[in-house]
Amino acid sequence: MTQVPKKPVAAALVLEDGSVFEGELLGHQPENGIASGEVVFNTAMTGYQEVITDPSYAGQIITFTTAHVGNYGVNGFDNESSRPHARGVIMRDMARRRSNWRSENDLDAMLRMHKLPAIGGIDTRRLTRLLRDRGSLQGAFGTASESELLTAASIEKGTSGTDLVSSVTTKKPYEYGSGKLRVVAFDFGIKTTILRCLAEFATVTVVPASTTATQIQAMSVDGVFLSNGPGDPKMVLGAPDNIRQIVESGIATFGICLGHQLLSLAYGGGTFKLPFGHHGGNHPVRRIASGTVEITSQNHNYCVDPDSLSGVADITHINLNDNTNEGMRIRNARAFSVQYHPEAGPGPHDSRYLFAEFIALMMEGK
Amino acid sequence: MPKRQDLKSILVIGSGPIVIGQACEFDYSGTQACRVLRAEGYRVILANSNPATIMTDPDFADRTYIEPLTPEILELIIAREKPDAVLPTLGGQTGLNLAMALFERGVVGVPGTPELIGANAEAIATAEDRDRFKKAMIEIGLNVPDSGVAHNMDESMVVVRQIGLPVIIRPAYILGGKGTGIASTMEEFVHIARNGLDASPISEILIERSIAGWKEYELEVMRDRADNCVVICSIENFDPMGVHTGDSITVAPAQTLSDLEYQLMRDAAFACIRRVGVETGGSNVQFAVNPANGDQVVIEMNPRVSRSSALASKATGFPIAKIAAKLAVGYTLDEIPNDITRMTPASFEPSIDYVVTKIPRWAFEKFPGTSGILGTQMQSVGEVMSIGRTFPESLQKGLRSLEQGRFGLNCDPAEKQYDSLSDTELLKKCGIATPERIFYVGEALQRGFGVEVVHGATQIDPWFLDEMQMIIDERASLLGLSLADIEPTHWRRLKRLGFSDAQIGFAVGAIEHEVRIAREAAGIKPTYKTVDTCAAEFDATTPYHYSTYEDETEVRHSSKQRVIILGSGPNRIGQGIEFDYCCVHASFALRDAGFETVMINCNPETVSTDYDTSDRLYFEPLTQEDVLNVIAAETAAAGGSAPKVIVSLGGQTPLKLSGLIPSELVAGTSPRSIDLAEDREKWNLLCNSLQIPQPPGGTAATFEHAQKITHEIGYPVLVRPSYVLGGRGMQIVHDDGHLQRAMQELAGFGTLGKEGGLSVERPVLIDRFLEEATEVDVDAIRDSAGEVLIGGVMEHVEEAGVHSGDSACTIPPQTLPSWVIEVIEAYTKSIADALEVIGLVNVQYAVAGHTVYVIEANPRASRTVPFVAKATGVPLAKVASRVMLGATLQELRVEGLLTLPVTGGHVSVKEAVLPFNRFPDVDTALGPEMRSTGEVMGIDRTFGRAFIKAETAAGTLLPTSGTVFLSLADADKPAGLVVAKRLRDLGLGIAATTGTASYLERFGQRVDRVIGKLSESHLALENAIDLIAQGEISFVVNTPQGRGSRSDGEAIRKAANAHRVSSVTTVKAALAAMNGLAEQRDHDVEVRSLQEYHGR
Repeated sequence: MTQVPKKPVAAALVLEDGSVFEGELLGHQPENGIASGEVVFNTAMTGYQEVITDPSYAGQIITFTTAHVGNYGVNGFDNESSRPHARGVIMRDMARRRSNWRSENDLDAMLRMHKLPAIGGIDTRRLTRLLRDRGSLQGAFGTASESELLTAASIEKGTSGTDLVSSVTTKKPYEYGSGKLRVVAFDFGIKTTILRCLAEFATVTVVPASTTATQIQAMSVDGVFLSNGPGDPKMVLGAPDNIRQIVESGIATFGICLGHQLLSLAYGGGTFKLPFGHHGGNHPVRRIASGTVEITSQNHNYCVDPDSLSGVADITHINLNDNTNEGMRIRNARAFSVQYHPEAGPGPHDSRYLFAEFIALMMEGK
Repeated sequence: MPKRQDLKSILVIGSGPIVIGQACEFDYSGTQACRVLRAEGYRVILANSNPATIMTDPDFADRTYIEPLTPEILELIIAREKPDAVLPTLGGQTGLNLAMALFERGVVGVPGTPELIGANAEAIATAEDRDRFKKAMIEIGLNVPDSGVAHNMDESMVVVRQIGLPVIIRPAYILGGKGTGIASTMEEFVHIARNGLDASPISEILIERSIAGWKEYELEVMRDRADNCVVICSIENFDPMGVHTGDSITVAPAQTLSDLEYQLMRDAAFACIRRVGVETGGSNVQFAVNPANGDQVVIEMNPRVSRSSALASKATGFPIAKIAAKLAVGYTLDEIPNDITRMTPASFEPSIDYVVTKIPRWAFEKFPGTSGILGTQMQSVGEVMSIGRTFPESLQKGLRSLEQGRFGLNCDPAEKQYDSLSDTELLKKCGIATPERIFYVGEALQRGFGVEVVHGATQIDPWFLDEMQMIIDERASLLGLSLADIEPTHWRRLKRLGFSDAQIGFAVGAIEHEVRIAREAAGIKPTYKTVDTCAAEFDATTPYHYSTYEDETEVRHSSKQRVIILGSGPNRIGQGIEFDYCCVHASFALRDAGFETVMINCNPETVSTDYDTSDRLYFEPLTQEDVLNVIAAETAAAGGSAPKVIVSLGGQTPLKLSGLIPSELVAGTSPRSIDLAEDREKWNLLCNSLQIPQPPGGTAATFEHAQKITHEIGYPVLVRPSYVLGGRGMQIVHDDGHLQRAMQELAGFGTLGKEGGLSVERPVLIDRFLEEATEVDVDAIRDSAGEVLIGGVMEHVEEAGVHSGDSACTIPPQTLPSWVIEVIEAYTKSIADALEVIGLVNVQYAVAGHTVYVIEANPRASRTVPFVAKATGVPLAKVASRVMLGATLQELRVEGLLTLPVTGGHVSVKEAVLPFNRFPDVDTALGPEMRSTGEVMGIDRTFGRAFIKAETAAGTLLPTSGTVFLSLADADKPAGLVVAKRLRDLGLGIAATTGTASYLERFGQRVDRVIGKLSESHLALENAIDLIAQGEISFVVNTPQGRGSRSDGEAIRKAANAHRVSSVTTVKAALAAMNGLAEQRDHDVEVRSLQEYHGR
């Protein structure tokens, strides 16, 4: 039956600079008609479910640049964590009907189930150009008036100087997988795909971010993994000292994303915030050892300053778009890390060899 | 890795004439390659037989050989030029097949010979040989459909019994799926397998489990010397497996794959390109996915740049061919900057924030007898691409880009034709893949069948169907409304779903112009976004735009004088690459002269839609609404000063728009003059006043009136509708009965309506048909000072009655007395003056006895402009575009752009290339309706040798031994006598039908075999068709009788076509061929570059 479409609920997105975007409300109806956070954009063309459930987006509103979102629905397997940690989702178009053999539910239904507000119909390209030129901005969207939304955007603190890890880390340790090696994974906001990659060769004990080096050393492990996670690395208090102790105790250590930044901080490195971050699945990274290029999955706003590590670490990977640091290996220690996401989920699989390198590093000690 | 220093010169192989499955995408890729390689300092040698291409412009290579693309000729070129390397991967299947042939001859790819760069022989063989490919894929753990290879019918039967029906049959080394088909019964299997073995140059077919109905995907992959691999674009087919991807509606990026599935496909594509061994460049890998469980299988890969890579380049802004050329000479992806962002490297994967839809265009109406059903063999002759922010917007823009009288997904006057269909009939039509299917699906959704039912009937993915349903649902929101009732938010929703003003007008009962006014009053105007490869993550410097309805427009301000060039839209028979050549040349010339050029076009195959051809590119439909929108956007960006618009270089498409845009903006010849030449009454008056003879004739809207005219002027007459292209619907009529049929056909709302000009509203033109007249074409340029430059006078080889586009022609004329040429030149000058032409004009003449008749004049670029430019060395299109913008010919002479034509010393012959091998059930006799898809050029010291080259280039297999079969119409018999004499001189045997044989024997020409007409089989004579089938005939000369039953000749021509025996259907062509063969016997074939002919 053809039918006159039901009238959408008008909503607006307002940024802290006063820019207004008109759209329609999707997902969960936010409290008082306002959802707010730091607005970032992601340029991946697939993987919206993984992105939305990635804990690294805590405190942020995710803009999808891809035109259609929700086309293939959602399913139980593709979640990167038990629930979304983002504050909201912005898109141009939400699919009305999903189609894929793995699909179990509509994206919109999933958003409502997890009380995640979203806004559709937005000129996401205008928004992206604005964020690109101005840098990340705080924003608020919903059915509230434009002035209320502007106020909400203006009082948002943003991710700088905020501890977001404690809100996403596991409360209690748990085990994942049953591989031969023993790996302890620090959960700063760990993604399920990382756990799956580790579980291919290890029995993984996932521990809270606050777990101490002493506790780890008591566990007889082959390696320690430092996970991804949200926000400002400098706000994960205690982690750098802890990590340094672990590495200095000789345990093989591998870090991804926030884990990479924390390992740098542990060795006296500095981090800084990128203008609008890297969020997507198409960034070229050079692996310096071979000279080859891998296409990588990226999701970070903060970045390691390689100069701050000179003499301490060797740079192993760099981003070819903006020459920022993408990986390092600590000298005279058994620790390495990358800024990007070799596990993908979503994204290309070009860098999965890093897990093999982690295995090799752990085996050296055997 | 930096570029290779050990190479100095590179031979680039082009793809030859435009044929179905291989169109101007290879001009685009070849042109890019030539430009890049020259910019890198290599000496570029180009071989291509197609004069209409931009790449064969002598400026694009150091040495341009417009010579037949055969291994023998390429060997001569290689011997003469001694290139260090041969790059075959940018010339389509033709390039690859030639590379393999040259490799097998030991001429390339072996020590001491030029190196094959891009792909080596081993890689080509692995990808192209179906069996080797399948084994290679299994070896690396990829799934392929169950299959087996066969080389003859016995092997075929063994394989099909193992696999079980239904199966798909794919011949090896073919392009565009020629000879491919799906068989569900043994009867079908035997038929398709036999055709497939015939179609494969190595008599090999792959018989494979049919997975019709699965989802189909394609990934465009690039790889460099350092083994870096990237995916440029993912493409999802709207039509499920079973329809050739070239005949499918396709969408980018892929829409219904989750990341997990997409990444597995990406991994598989890389594994495939690595295993096949494509060292550098682009390849496409096709996959099928079972919608029920996600099973993925590899279907095929092309180890070269393809039609899909042209589409992917235009869809993403990533220039695959250009990068492929750089990779071939040793660069790696990370060493090449991304053209668009300039700050980031090419070693990345484009991210797009819009949806691209490609829709093919077919020409079944030109080939009566074809089923019109789409299958695994490609049949389309062109395609459009459209860009929208969403799939519905992109789809509707694409449908109106087709120029077939449709304004989007139905909601237009043409949808009335579905009213008569019952629900059952409609669903049945949805289930059969045809060019019209998309509209039937729209109608079924409109009737409320729902996505599930339509999916059940079509296997089209429910996501696509629901997006279409959203269009249908939005249309319902207009029920009972008038324009004044539409709210701004409602307007925005409609436009965002791609509704054209014409569709909205249809829904609310208003004319398009009123809709535009109301919409603009509501503040709803298009915004222009940029194709930038990166979804706005980085700043883009390249102004490649598409329209959509959003908040912000990205067109940059500038105060330079702007010229908009309207392109020619999708390729179709009668309008193709020649017009793209003209548009591109105009853009180049005007940019050089300091104008800012703006291109509007929707054909992804072309050079005109390359983002660096013009200062700005708008990838938009060529409709009134979309063109006016661009004019408005450009005017706004220039601070209110309106641009000039060139309408006369893109063929009929922009010409039809000339009356719909403000006339003061039209550059060059005014729309009034265009109408003067098109309007029969006005044109007759003009010719009368100039005292230029025309064939007697008149115009009629009814049979009775037409009959009255024919009784005055006598039969035969040429009957044709006005305002059409490529002789569409044109017929030679010999009697009242035929006239009645012809008038009925033309009066009906048939396929002609698709061309846009409704013949019902415009009278039919009836002219006395001049039998045995010689046809002559002239291309000329007139400037604002009144000087007329005759660009070229072309004499047709075939007599009048064969459409000029299907006829061979020659520069200079070979049989016309010099006084005739002078008369023709004088007439042309006076017509150009009378029409006040400023720019190009093409005039057609028929010379009968001592009279030169004018047939028609078109004040626009003609199909022959590039051919004339290559034959004479004068860049006609460039000169014309400058003249249109105010320069005089004298000024251009001073400037050096206009040079004297190169005359003497060589003869240039253009020959048409016809697609009959795709349509085996069609009569191959040439007539007034154009059916060729492309053309080739032969150039040599004499007409005979140039003609033979043109025939060879066109794929005609001229007889060098065996028996030639002659079956001639009475009028052709005297000339046939000469043909027979030449055949004897060449040592060939002669077979002839009883009538022809008795004529020849009466004049002393011995006939070896007398063959019965089909109707005379009772005479126990040999049957022509059997002889052809048995391979006893090496060439056929069969000229149709002027009147009466054509069935005999038709059957013979079809048999020849089916068994790949070349035939000619006019005696003049036969004479030219025999004269050429006789000449060739005494000389070795020589090759020479265009630069040498032009004395450069």
